[in-house]
Amino acid sequence: MSAPPLGYLTSAGERAAAIVPLTWFVLAVSVIVCMVVAVLLLAAIVHPRGRALPTAIVAGDDHGLAWIKWGLVLSALPLIVTLVWTMAALGRVAGPPRSPALVLDVTPRQYWWEVRYDARDPADRFVTANEIHIATGARVLVRLHGGDVIHSFWVPQLSGKTDAIPGQTNLTWLAADVPGRYRGQCAEFCGLEHAKMAFEVVAEPPAAFERWRRAQLQTAPPPSSDAAQRGARIFQSHCASCHAVRGARAAGSTAPDLTHLMSRRLIAAGTLPNTRGSLAGWVRAPQASKPGALMPDQQLTGQQLGDMLTYLVTLK
Amino acid sequence: MTPAALRVPAIGDDTPELRARLHAIWATAPGWKGWFTTVDHKEIGIRYIVTAFVLLALGGVEALAIRLQLAGPDLRLMTPEQFNIFFSMHGMTMIFLYSSPVLSGFSNYLWPLLLGARDMAFPRLNAFSYWVYLAAALFLYTGFLTGNGPNDGWFNYVPYAERQYNPGLNQDFYALGMVLLGISTAVGAANFVVTAFKMRAPGMSIDRLPILIWGTLTASVANLVVVPAVSLAFFLLWLDRQFGTSFFRPAGGGQPLLWQHLFWLFGHPWVYAIVLPAMGMVSDGLPVFCRRPLVGYSLVALSTVATMILGFGVWVHHMFATGLPGLSLSFFSGASIVITVPSAVAVFAWLATIWTGRPVRSTAFLFFAAMILLFVIGGVSGFMTASVPVDWQLTDTYFVVAHLHYVLIGINVFPVVGATYFWFPKLTGRMMDERLGRWNFWTMFLGFNLGFLPMHLIGLFGMPRRVWTYPAEMGWSALNMITTIGSFAFAIGVLLFFVNVAKSWRAGALAPADPWGGSTLEWALPSPPAPYNFAVIPTIASRHPLWEEALDENTPRSTITRGMMLDTGKETVTTTPLDAIPDRIVEMPCDSWAPLLLAVALGILFVALLLKLWLAIALGALLVLGALILWLWPQRRLLEREPAHG
Repeated sequence: MSAPPLGYLTSAGERAAAIVPLTWFVLAVSVIVCMVVAVLLLAAIVHPRGRALPTAIVAGDDHGLAWIKWGLVLSALPLIVTLVWTMAALGRVAGPPRSPALVLDVTPRQYWWEVRYDARDPADRFVTANEIHIATGARVLVRLHGGDVIHSFWVPQLSGKTDAIPGQTNLTWLAADVPGRYRGQCAEFCGLEHAKMAFEVVAEPPAAFERWRRAQLQTAPPPSSDAAQRGARIFQSHCASCHAVRGARAAGSTAPDLTHLMSRRLIAAGTLPNTRGSLAGWVRAPQASKPGALMPDQQLTGQQLGDMLTYLVTLK
Repeated sequence: MTPAALRVPAIGDDTPELRARLHAIWATAPGWKGWFTTVDHKEIGIRYIVTAFVLLALGGVEALAIRLQLAGPDLRLMTPEQFNIFFSMHGMTMIFLYSSPVLSGFSNYLWPLLLGARDMAFPRLNAFSYWVYLAAALFLYTGFLTGNGPNDGWFNYVPYAERQYNPGLNQDFYALGMVLLGISTAVGAANFVVTAFKMRAPGMSIDRLPILIWGTLTASVANLVVVPAVSLAFFLLWLDRQFGTSFFRPAGGGQPLLWQHLFWLFGHPWVYAIVLPAMGMVSDGLPVFCRRPLVGYSLVALSTVATMILGFGVWVHHMFATGLPGLSLSFFSGASIVITVPSAVAVFAWLATIWTGRPVRSTAFLFFAAMILLFVIGGVSGFMTASVPVDWQLTDTYFVVAHLHYVLIGINVFPVVGATYFWFPKLTGRMMDERLGRWNFWTMFLGFNLGFLPMHLIGLFGMPRRVWTYPAEMGWSALNMITTIGSFAFAIGVLLFFVNVAKSWRAGALAPADPWGGSTLEWALPSPPAPYNFAVIPTIASRHPLWEEALDENTPRSTITRGMMLDTGKETVTTTPLDAIPDRIVEMPCDSWAPLLLAVALGILFVALLLKLWLAIALGALLVLGALILWLWPQRRLLEREPAHG
């Protein structure tokens, strides 16, 4: 069995890594305590010294107090270690990095993730959704903005949870040591499709990340074929009030930016693979695979759907 | 006739003639009239317990539906909408409508018997508290049955609970239902506090109280402090939703985090309120089956109180991921780790009691002993979440779901079922079936652990709470299937318990007064006790009035068969708060329609508020006023109309 994508007993970045040994330590302490108590209970019960009621009363209120005394003395040690270790770990992982290599503004909404790449030069800023690329070894600051209801940003392999709360901006950070795709998930109940509100963090070597970043800055090319042009017009009338495609006239902001739709591995916030087939199913009937999603079913004919897909797959 | 307060009570023996006189004074009228008007704490206690068990069954069925939906990946047995209502109803039912009321039921029934009193301090308030609880349960379930059950989890975070995101009546049912239930909890708590300090038998000083009294007393004091916070929160939410205020809406300057603070300020102490009385049951019940007094009585009593005091200072550990400053996180983290100490005291005290005693393996004993292990499992997983950085990973995963089920089932359901086996003879006059009891215990114990131990692993593998389904490739499928199977096994165990209760209540072996050789006062009474409980008011000389012979021959003895008779009216005696020195005779109220009428009036008012029918709201308010006047109208018999002379 491969490691569960959202498990956190292992880690892939420095922030999560600082927590893993502490997690194992408290887990081990807990398991040992449970086993000791289970053995003590079993030993006491399996060999009862009494037979049946009524048995004579064992006298002496103070008899047995040593149990409490020694029990507390023995418990104190792991408690103190945990307390000290907790404060030390908190100091290491709590504060956001002073000079982050990358700053992201993430706004989770029912039920997807808007991701803005911040940069000093406005020309270097861009928007994407549901797939976050970072360079390995870089400390990434994430500013979490409340979009609608409360959500929680969580990439178990890279970072613990931080809530995105309307009316305030929360800071969190993450870093990846190893290239790979790390699954993220909304971790605060947020409505009907809280379950299907996932995303991916793609960590790649700095050069690859830079190539990706440059590609994301491009606007979408104008559609060339007739079918794609027809598709673009349908997109304009059916989709553009919510979705944006930079370079086209679509500038909606209540749904994911689709300028580079085809560069993403998954669609519908980590719900479906980004294939032509699942894209077709998703556009035609989002409620079938993600009941409760805010995207309405599109009443498209087969011809219209085909044209639309021809257009969508040009958004590389 | 001299007013009761000024009389010197006559001392006498417990005789059949006295009992006949008291019976005529105290017995509830037969038939439906008596059923609606009774203020007998025993009758009310049993109603509480039965109603709570019905709700336990309903909440259990909801849980099974949830477990079916989660048995495998990508199942479609329920829609997300149904799933959200079901998990919210399940949590709300178990936490608010089962686990606290069932303890109130036991405490209502047992307190006066344990304390050597003839009733609770405020019998009518007691009846009222039950009727309002029933009204709130009916109110909330009406929402569910009309498709308007709460759908935002039991802690109901805003802004999702606000009208903008949640336009149906669901949240209005929940908000108003919780305000209504809060009335029941608050008046019940006040009654317990006054009863504990004023209604004890002479000589039952504060260091002689059974631990159950300490548990419920501590929980009640906490409830008086924190229930207003949650009632306020729900009331403000209702105002936000219906009248456009902005207490929690950032658009109007409100704060979503205010909800979380108000809720958890209540919510965390509430968790202790629904386990401390159950821990008290174990502290009192377990020693009887170990044939020795509880080890470390004073430490256990003090740790009960200490748990609650610390419990007021840990609510933020539910909010570690909300972006609060590191300094306050470390404070609450530290407090949450330290709170394990008083809990550890209780655990070691129970272990020592078993080890230094002579355990008798009755069904009740098995439930109490198993509770110790489940308590420790639920305790250490709670200790894990106390560590902030670890909690940032654990929180809102199934690890927390596993943790809270070990706490609530382990420290509430197991002790309550054990307590039912233990006190059933006293409540009904019949013994429960021990053979079926073994089946009951092992099915519940094994089923529960099969279902919920693997759930920790589901959490460590990252499954978030409150998801209606999950993809196959997440690695949770097999564990979820095991959890579902375990849940059903556990449900069969609970069913066996209900079967045993029903069967034994009808045709169980007749119970003697003291089937277990108990140490506390209730076992000195017939099973079931007479309406007046004690024919003469006992005088208490030790912590274990029924074990004095066996424990020590030198101390003075408690007297149970001779004392104040108080047979000239519906009377009992109050004592001083710490030393329990007799204080004065008090007249107790007779059966009354007022509690039921007030509860019905409140029910009408709340339905009218829900539907915003202004005329009905006015009518409901008038009815409430009328019922209050009926209740509070001064009665000469209760010395409310004429000042005492002299």
